[in-house]
Amino acid sequence: MSAGGSVVELRGATLRFGQRALWEGLDIDVAPGEFLAVLGPNGAGKTSLLRILLGLAEPTSGAVTVLGGPPRRGRARIGYVPQQRAFDQTLPLRGRDLVRLGMDGARWGPRRLTPDRLARVQAALTDVHAEGYADAPIGLLSGGEQQRLRIAQALVSDPALLLCDEPLLSLDLHHQRTVVDLLDLRRRERDTAVVFVTHEINPILHVVDRVLYLAPDSWAVGTPDEVLTTESLSALYRTQVDVLRVRGRIVVVGSPDAPGTGIGDTDHLHDHAEGPAHR
Amino acid sequence: MSFSQLLGQHFVHTALLAGAIVSVLCGTIGVFVVIRGMSFAVHAVSELAFTGAAGALLIGVSPVLGMFGGALVTGGVLGGLTVRGRERDSAIGSFLAFGLGLGVLWIFLYHGYATIATGLLFGSIVGVNDRQVWVLAAVAVFAFAVLALTFWPLLFASVDPEAAEARGVSLRLLSVMLLLLVALTTAEAVQVVGVLLVLTLVISPAAAATRLTARPIAAIAISVGIAFVSAEGGILLSLVKAWPTSFFISAISFAAYVIARIVGAARLTRAGRTVEAVVASEYAAHQTVVPEGRC
Repeated sequence: MSAGGSVVELRGATLRFGQRALWEGLDIDVAPGEFLAVLGPNGAGKTSLLRILLGLAEPTSGAVTVLGGPPRRGRARIGYVPQQRAFDQTLPLRGRDLVRLGMDGARWGPRRLTPDRLARVQAALTDVHAEGYADAPIGLLSGGEQQRLRIAQALVSDPALLLCDEPLLSLDLHHQRTVVDLLDLRRRERDTAVVFVTHEINPILHVVDRVLYLAPDSWAVGTPDEVLTTESLSALYRTQVDVLRVRGRIVVVGSPDAPGTGIGDTDHLHDHAEGPAHR
Repeated sequence: MSFSQLLGQHFVHTALLAGAIVSVLCGTIGVFVVIRGMSFAVHAVSELAFTGAAGALLIGVSPVLGMFGGALVTGGVLGGLTVRGRERDSAIGSFLAFGLGLGVLWIFLYHGYATIATGLLFGSIVGVNDRQVWVLAAVAVFAFAVLALTFWPLLFASVDPEAAEARGVSLRLLSVMLLLLVALTTAEAVQVVGVLLVLTLVISPAAAATRLTARPIAAIAISVGIAFVSAEGGILLSLVKAWPTSFFISAISFAAYVIARIVGAARLTRAGRTVEAVVASEYAAHQTVVPEGRC
């Protein structure tokens, strides 16, 4: 992972809101084709990190390089997949149009749909297996189908970097699996780096290369086996946190004294929003 | 005068031409207004166009100029408004109420209260003169030029703001720009149907169109068609029966809306079934591949 070939480089990046530091001295390189999961409790600055990479916000200090240059708004080589949100049933928009917006939506002036540009939209739809419902009103589709179209929208501009902000939220297991597999396939075939913000590691555990864990006042980066351990998370949260591996899944159980966490909260790598006191 | 004699009159031609220009613009902008749920903002802009006209009369300026002024100021203020949701709703309400109060005062201070106020509030299409038609046409050409330039970012920001912003589309800029276009459109529509009936050309046709198609450009075409038929049909009907033109226009566009709701409900049901069928066959195909059935 040479620094020169990195898709994303952060050096001593720090983000503060007023007195509170969300993250401090963040150093990380993301290589082409790498799948990086960004984990952490609500308010840890996960989405802010994506906004900085998109050029929509700036770090308080430190150096950020994206695709060889400083972050800049509106780069076609960066694809973005937001969390699923409901579309109105009567919104005059088809899946096909949503994908086309990924190609034409940021351009001024009239855009004619030439045969090769039409073919690009079609290819993106085929890649996510959405041809069957590409002409249906988007508001009638389920969350999973919409998310596949969003991936097609993000891929139609042939990005070198895909930024995903909780794209699995409110999807059922089948659709979570489909979405994750599509992203995994893309980065393996086309070397697209994926930065994936999530609060739940299990649906992506089988494809993740490294994890960036943003805790309330420190951070850690490494493979899931390095970061998602009892020792590492206990150190991050400065209190006893137990990490269990159950049938290939990771279960995090907070300190028994801490409110809002406990044995009952199984199955997910959980938010530690109400986590242990650390100051 | 008989209907055919009226059809030969210059003032009727002028009215039909004005109706055509205004309806095409209203039908187009209306689709963006409906997608973004901005009906109330349109209403506010049109009522403050009334205030602008009243103020213009009072200081001896052309009321048309006052209308554009009032609408543009309101559009600019609403476009710059950063609050969202319920707070936005009540902010618009408060702003509009005071503005209208000012309009009432200015009309009171101006002599000739009743006729002018009625004309502004309920429309006086037959009173449109040749010079006004030129102004209508020039403003419409300008609005369409802006729209042609910003069509894709505006559509992106309207249907999918989060992704649009990530791709570098400035939501703030487009919001202000759309409200200024809404202001121009509204000030035009006021001259045809009056302040209180602007929604009949801006909202009803577009709301009908979005029930009939899921294609954005087709929705604009249908919306323009409905607005055009409503405006021209309303003017022609008012020649047959001497009732207010605005009534006929609103009756036609509302009829189109009701029919579109009925037809559209059936369309959505059909489309829903198609989607379900596609998804069901896909699930069946994947069932064997996905090992994890449940957690």
